[in-house]
This record gives sequence, C-alpha cells and structure tokens, in this order.
Amino acid sequence: MVARTAAAPRTTLIGARGTLRRDEVFWAYVFLTPWIIGLVVFILGPILFSLGMSTFSYTLGREAEATFVGLGNWVRAFTKDELFWPSLGRTFLYTAVVVPFSVFGALLTAMLVNERLRGTTFYRTVFFMPHLTPIVAASYIWLWLLGPQYGAVNEGIFQLGVWLTGTGFKGPGWFSATEWALPGLMLIALWGAIGGNMMVIFLAGLQGIPQELYEVAAIDGANSWSRFRHVTLPMISPTLFFNSVLACVAAFQTFESAFIATKGGPAYATWLYSLHIYRNTFELFDMGYGATLAWILFICLSVFTYIQFRVSRSWVFYSGEVR
Amino acid sequence: MVDQAMPARAGGIFRRPLRVAGLPVGAVLPRFSLHLIAVLLGIILMLPFYWAIISSLKEMQEVRRIPIDWWPRVAQWQNYVDVWTVRYFGNWVFNSVFLTTIATAGTLVSSSLAGYAFARFRFPGRNLLFTLTLATLMLPGYVLLIPNYLLFWKLGWLNTYLPLTVPFWFGSAFFIFLFRQFFMTIPIDLDEAARIDGASYPRILWSILLPLSAPVFATAAIIEGINQWNSFLRPLIILNKPETFPLSVGLRYFVVNPGDNLPKDHLLMAASIMMTLPVIILFFIGQRQFVRGVVMSGIKG
Repeated sequence: MVARTAAAPRTTLIGARGTLRRDEVFWAYVFLTPWIIGLVVFILGPILFSLGMSTFSYTLGREAEATFVGLGNWVRAFTKDELFWPSLGRTFLYTAVVVPFSVFGALLTAMLVNERLRGTTFYRTVFFMPHLTPIVAASYIWLWLLGPQYGAVNEGIFQLGVWLTGTGFKGPGWFSATEWALPGLMLIALWGAIGGNMMVIFLAGLQGIPQELYEVAAIDGANSWSRFRHVTLPMISPTLFFNSVLACVAAFQTFESAFIATKGGPAYATWLYSLHIYRNTFELFDMGYGATLAWILFICLSVFTYIQFRVSRSWVFYSGEVR
Repeated sequence: MVDQAMPARAGGIFRRPLRVAGLPVGAVLPRFSLHLIAVLLGIILMLPFYWAIISSLKEMQEVRRIPIDWWPRVAQWQNYVDVWTVRYFGNWVFNSVFLTTIATAGTLVSSSLAGYAFARFRFPGRNLLFTLTLATLMLPGYVLLIPNYLLFWKLGWLNTYLPLTVPFWFGSAFFIFLFRQFFMTIPIDLDEAARIDGASYPRILWSILLPLSAPVFATAAIIEGINQWNSFLRPLIILNKPETFPLSVGLRYFVVNPGDNLPKDHLLMAASIMMTLPVIILFFIGQRQFVRGVVMSGIKG
C-alpha cells in the first residue's frame, strides 16, 4: 500500500495513512458491531447484573418482594443450605475420579492409535463414536444398559457367575442404588472421553514430538519405559496440562447425564452441584440464590484453574521456553 | 534400528516397522497384542451401541424378558416407523433441525465478521476487546444463563424460539477466535493487492477471503451444529410446551410421560439412535475438517 512505500514523501505518507486508517477503523467497528452488542447485552451486562442479583432475595415474578440481603445468600449457602456442602463435595469426588481416568485413558488411546497399526483410521473412528453420541441419547442408552433387572451389564455379570461358579452373580443396582449411582455417571463420562476430543488433541501432540529424540534415546540404550517417561511424557506435558484443565472445568459442570439418568437420586446420591443450581434457579425460581450458587461455581473453577497453573510450573515442560 | 530391538515373536505379517514414539509396551509386546488391545477397547466402547440397536429392534415384551435375548428374535424394523407415531416426535425432529440451522448460521455469520476484524484491522481498542473476548471463554455457563433467563423473561421471550436463536446472531468468543486464527494464516498480500485495485473491505472479505475459507467454515459449522443439536439445558428451561421441544428435550417424554402405561424402552432406544445418527453422518462428511478444527482450537488455544 502507498503508506508502506519507503520512497513516498513524508507528507503523502501521513496523509495516505490517515485516510486509510479512518476507513479501516470504520469498517472494523462495522464488522464488530454484532459482537460488541452481544458482548454487552448477553455477557457483560448479565455478569454485572448477576453480581447484583446475588445480593437480593428474589423470586421470579415477585419483584415487589425482592429484598436486599447483602451477603445473606452466601451465608445461607455456607451455613443453612443442607444440600450445598454435600453437593459440592460430591462434585469434587466425581471430578477427582473422572479427570485422571479420562485424561490418562485418552493419552493411552492416542498412543495406541499413534502406533500406525493396520486399520488405524478405523480404530480411531470407532474410538471417537461415543464422544459423538449426544449426551442426552448416551444417558438414555446407559440408563438402559445399566438397568438392574433388564440391563445388559448385570446380565453379563450374572452369566459370568454361572460360568465361573454355577450360580449367577447379582449385579449392583446402578442408578437405583445410592452407592452405585455416582460410579454409573462416571462410566458414562469415561465412555465418551477415552476416545474423544482429548484423544485427538493428544494425537496431534504425539505427532509433534521430533523423532530424533527417540532415536537419541534409543542409542543411549533407553528401554521403552524410559523413552515414555523421559521423552514422551515431558514433550506431551503441555497437552496433558491443557487437557486436564479443560477436563476439570467440564467435569465440574456435569449436568445432563445426572439430570437424565437419576435426576440427582436416589436419596441425593448423584445430586451434583449443577443440579443444585438448576433446582434452586429453574424449579424454585429463587433467582438471587441461584445467581449466588453460580458465582460460587465460578470462584471454585477459577481457584481450581489457578492452582493447576501454579502446580504446572513444576511439571509442564515447554521446549521453547527460556528458563 | 527399531525393528531389531523388537522381538520377532509375532512374526510374518504382524512384523512391521515399529514407531519408537508409542506405548511403553510397544517394544515389548508384539504388534499382534496391540491389535488385540485395540479390538478389545473397540468392542467395549461399541457395546452400548450394540445394546441400544438390538433393544430398538425388539418387540415391546421381548425388551423386558429374562434371560435376555442377545439378538432380537425377529428384527422389528417397524419400531423405527412407530417412533414417528409417538405424539410430537415429528415436531421435535423438525424443531431440532430448524433451531440448529438458524443458530449455527447466526454463529457462523457473526463470528466470521468479528474474526475478520480482529485478524485484519488496526483500530483503537483492539487488544482490549480481543482480551475481553478471550476472557469470556472462562465463564461457566450458569453465571450467564441465570441473568440471561431473567432478561428473556423481562422481554417476554420465554416459551418462544427467540432465546434459542437470536443470541447466536451476536457471535461467540470461541468461534471468533477460531476464525481469527484461520484468517491470519491467509497471506495479507492478497488483501493488499485487492486494496490497490480499489476493493472495499467487505469486497475483500467476500471475494478474497471467503473463497479460501471453506475449511474453517466447515469446522465451525460441524462443531456448532453438533453443539446446537445436542443442546439440552437451554431449551429445557426456556420451553414448556411439548410440541415446541427440540429432540433432546422431547426424548424425556418417552420415559416421563408415556401416555399409556406401556413400556416404551424399545422406542426410546430407536429414538436415541435416530438422534445420534445425524451427528455421526455429519462427522463422517466433514471428518478431516473436524479433526483439524479440534486440533487447531486445542493446540493454539
């Protein structure tokens, strides 16, 4: 463009640049108009508003009765709400089980696919199918699969017993038993995650590792475990970190499977935090309290992510990093 | 080099060059074992589908028979026709297609415009706005959903399709980022050449960038299309008339509100499979773009 031609006299340069820029700024804002409106109306405005909401006790449709309670909603969550702490703890437990298993499961699956076996594209597609299944459909399929009476899994367990001991084993009650419902939800999550997006991202990470590193390691006599431990793991650690953070955020907000398969039951055994928010906001219409619960979720996730970033300094290796 | 390190136990056809990069067990186990692991894993992951499909092909009584039939006695393809006779099922499918199309189109148009602005323009406030855009990715859905619900209520939008379509015409941070990343890979010389020829900015977007952007549009369309098709919580809280539900919410009515008291598990399974099929087909059509999109957003994110 004219402005960038070094030979042009300085006055022309400034003039041309000026007109060009005005045009550029104008069109930039034209293209950004929908997003700026969306940002203000559907994101920034609502965030501020929801902070305000959290200081009110307010039921939908009864504005006249709305009362300012300050931090009352927070106090209520921490001290008076009997379902608050259990649901938070249950969600932590769920996350603590699902994330390591799904992240390392996805890493192992990616390494398997990365072996370039004959038919590897086929395997990859098969592994990816559960992730593609809509979570709503997946929840119904698993609800039926884990049926205590007519489900395939318990029938399989029964037949295994017949085959081993002559009498059938009795399978667990799954979604109708308090101690088995949460593991049932974990199974749904693992099923979708092991060959899902995380596997694809790991695969890209694995393929980005320079082959020379493995060759050097092999010359130094490294066995396969040390190659994994001292080459693959450090080189994949940024991807591992990225996947872990995202998996935590997603697991912490799990809603659909719990809502469909158990609706939080039996006896609140699967009452995850997101169900607690849903119940208070969209069934009891206790909007101020719901907003507070949502903010607590946000704070939990932020702290969680911050801790992960802090801890990551000691184990994530960036090959381009200057230390 | 690697070949020699590998035990030749598997012999013959299985003995192909082993990539050192792989599983720690890779060099210990012959390739045959890796195939075995892959096949076993595949079978375990496919079992729920197998179970759903055979259940969907059984008769109503056969579904709840003990011991279980591992293969339908007579495949009831009729079930897939009967699903459509369940009240409102046709509406649900239509609603899902309609909502998915409108919302996805909106996301693509608005996000690509904003992505173009961030990728190609210098303007005051750009960095602030872009940082803000990325920051919104961190927000959990609930923090926004609750005040937005109140907004929709105030506007009288509850029980309409407006909350499920209109907001998507105002862009989405993730896709703005995706489009920006893609546009930045197209050489700016193309824009400048067109500029010298007197092309306006909209003209450059339309005639220079768009024809080169099929991959990113396909990626975004697939990811957002699947998101919208699967969307559950939003329509659940916004809509309460059964005939207006999308398929994701409608499926509940097979269980919660059976009308007659007969078990409908076989139809529920057929409907679940019918809900899954379009996603899988869409994925196969755009598989390469999709994987690229996941990797692009994942690695550079």
